[in-house]
Amino acid sequence: MELLLLLTLPVAGAALLGLIGADRRAPEVNALLSLGTFLAACALTVRVIRHGDLLLGQEQFFIDPFNVFLVTLTAFVGLTTALFSRPYMRVELEHGRLTPGRLRLYHSMYQLFMFTMLLALTTNNMGLMWVAMEGATLSTVLLVTLYRTPGSLEAGWKYFILCGVGIAQALFGTILLYVAAGKVLGAQGMTALLWTHLDAVKTQLEPTVLALAFVFLLIGYGTKVGLVPLHSWLPDAHAEGPTPISAVLSGLLLNVALYAVVRSKVLVEGSLHSQLPSMMLMGFGLLSVVLASLLLWRQRDIKRLFAYSSIEHMGIATFAFGMGGAIANFAALLHMTVHSLTKSSIFFTAGHAAQKTGTQAMERIRGLITLSPTVGWGLMLGSLAILGVPPFGVFTSEFLILTTAMRTQPWAAPILLAALAVAFAAIFSKVQPMVFGETTGRRLAHPPALLPVFAHLAIVLLLGLYIPPYLAEWYRAAAHLIGGP
Amino acid sequence: MTHLPLYQQLLDTCAALLLLLSFAMLSQRRVVTLVNLYAVQGAVLAAATLLLAWRTGEGHLYLSAALTLALKVAFLPWLLHRLIRRLEVYWDTEPLLNVSGTMLVGLVIVVFAFALAQPITLLASTATRSAVGIAVSVVLLAFLMMITRRKAMSQVIGFLSMENGVFFGAMSASYGMPMVVELGVALDVLVAVLVLGVFFFQIRERFESLDLHHLEALKEHD
Repeated sequence: MELLLLLTLPVAGAALLGLIGADRRAPEVNALLSLGTFLAACALTVRVIRHGDLLLGQEQFFIDPFNVFLVTLTAFVGLTTALFSRPYMRVELEHGRLTPGRLRLYHSMYQLFMFTMLLALTTNNMGLMWVAMEGATLSTVLLVTLYRTPGSLEAGWKYFILCGVGIAQALFGTILLYVAAGKVLGAQGMTALLWTHLDAVKTQLEPTVLALAFVFLLIGYGTKVGLVPLHSWLPDAHAEGPTPISAVLSGLLLNVALYAVVRSKVLVEGSLHSQLPSMMLMGFGLLSVVLASLLLWRQRDIKRLFAYSSIEHMGIATFAFGMGGAIANFAALLHMTVHSLTKSSIFFTAGHAAQKTGTQAMERIRGLITLSPTVGWGLMLGSLAILGVPPFGVFTSEFLILTTAMRTQPWAAPILLAALAVAFAAIFSKVQPMVFGETTGRRLAHPPALLPVFAHLAIVLLLGLYIPPYLAEWYRAAAHLIGGP
Repeated sequence: MTHLPLYQQLLDTCAALLLLLSFAMLSQRRVVTLVNLYAVQGAVLAAATLLLAWRTGEGHLYLSAALTLALKVAFLPWLLHRLIRRLEVYWDTEPLLNVSGTMLVGLVIVVFAFALAQPITLLASTATRSAVGIAVSVVLLAFLMMITRRKAMSQVIGFLSMENGVFFGAMSASYGMPMVVELGVALDVLVAVLVLGVFFFQIRERFESLDLHHLEALKEHD
């Protein structure tokens, strides 16, 4: 029931917003729908806490601790982003960057995007997961090009082609999985793509084919995670699209893609009895962290800067999943959560800063603290949080990941630490003048409403100081599920 | 030499035709012909599916063949032809690598693909498992086509041809995917082409051309 509501609300919402479209109240309707989805997600969570794992709809849907927390997170950030986008997109409309027709497209696609992500998370069918992931790309391509500037068209094209090709590889990987499973579960079995069934027989699956399948799946979904060297769509799409879309792409889509990778890894590792999947995840993760932190120095556009920071953080989480084991998995899940919350709040403030100063070029954004203390403090605190300054939650997860790396993968720990230091210096040296630099601009009369930003940061702070027991229990259950050496 | 049953020979012919068509697409610069080749590829795919359906008696394969016929032979080519007429993009410019060079790379790719398909071939219990290598080749050749082309339209046809290859792989390795997945994939492909149609008009409106060199401004700053 909760699940039905969770999935039908966004679809119905997309249709409704497509119909009422240019109506003045569309942003409110959008926010209300997101609220409904969030409530459904909460209800689902409560049910999973009470009754344990759920298998629904003829086993097509499967809810366990690993995906239920991502569902709640997705619905929550979806809600706050909808709240944020309400005034933000109105201003964009007033500035003439958008037409009412495009705003209608925006709202409708926003709900559809939410639907595809929730479907990808809740489905038990690896094939349907693929369909939903491709749907997530398709529903956001036209959002990236919403402003129709040359830059945004280029970004949209790159996004479409790279993710399209990537996802085609993932489809091939899924087919290989199906072939291998068909051998064990019966060739024509409808069950051969259901994750729970695959998980049950994973030790009997043919290792060579599964290794091949994993390579294809990792390249396919890894493109969407933004792993280096498959990342080149990511900064463009984040920088050129409207800010709320940057926030959900970075905060949610990357998580969902990583979720798909981890689900595949669990199966393959069970079959392979080798280090291959772990080594590949660690390798790609570390490469992403290192390269992204170096590229951070060369950024001039505020949204590109934080897009590269997303690549870096996804790299950290991927690396941690690669290490595996209870602590690293726990830390990776926590990292996904806090990164998602922090990064979306940073995009909110960066969007406001760009809107107020009329530019995304960092050299021309100065003295935000004078222009608007809320935006200035929001950006500063958000940046500190994402850089892993204690007591924010990112510190906790990065600390856990680093200490585990020192213990189990000593070769990687210095590299990771150096990359984190480089990233710290790069981001801090760029954000500091933007917030505290000299400005000739005058203080804004009306401070922007940044409730979502501070709500997110407060949660991240809370997670750094104290993880509620039921949440920790969740993470632990999920970490156990993912397993690893 | 072992004697193969007739349906097996027919299937192998289909597979060979698919590979041949991939090479034809790789060398073709006329966009209209490219779309036609894509339609023929779809038709061969549908024929192979139908043959398998008849052979195995699987109901869902008939459906899948009908879907292929409707979507990949009729609707998508029609849509692409319409787009080409409306946007007036008839020729691709000289590819990044000349035709003979591309062909040579293509040959190497086919050898590589067969090596890659070896473990899958051993595992698959289907009658068509020898075709898996060809499916992988079609995917990789389409990939090559996307890399070497400059016009958006040719890249899209490369993308669609890649999907055909993946589909053929599913067919030959495991008699297709479960119906719900196949429907979902078909829906995604359909939506992808529709989105692209909209997208092309946006690019056109902005740049007056569909040449992708306009879309190379977003580079890292030095």
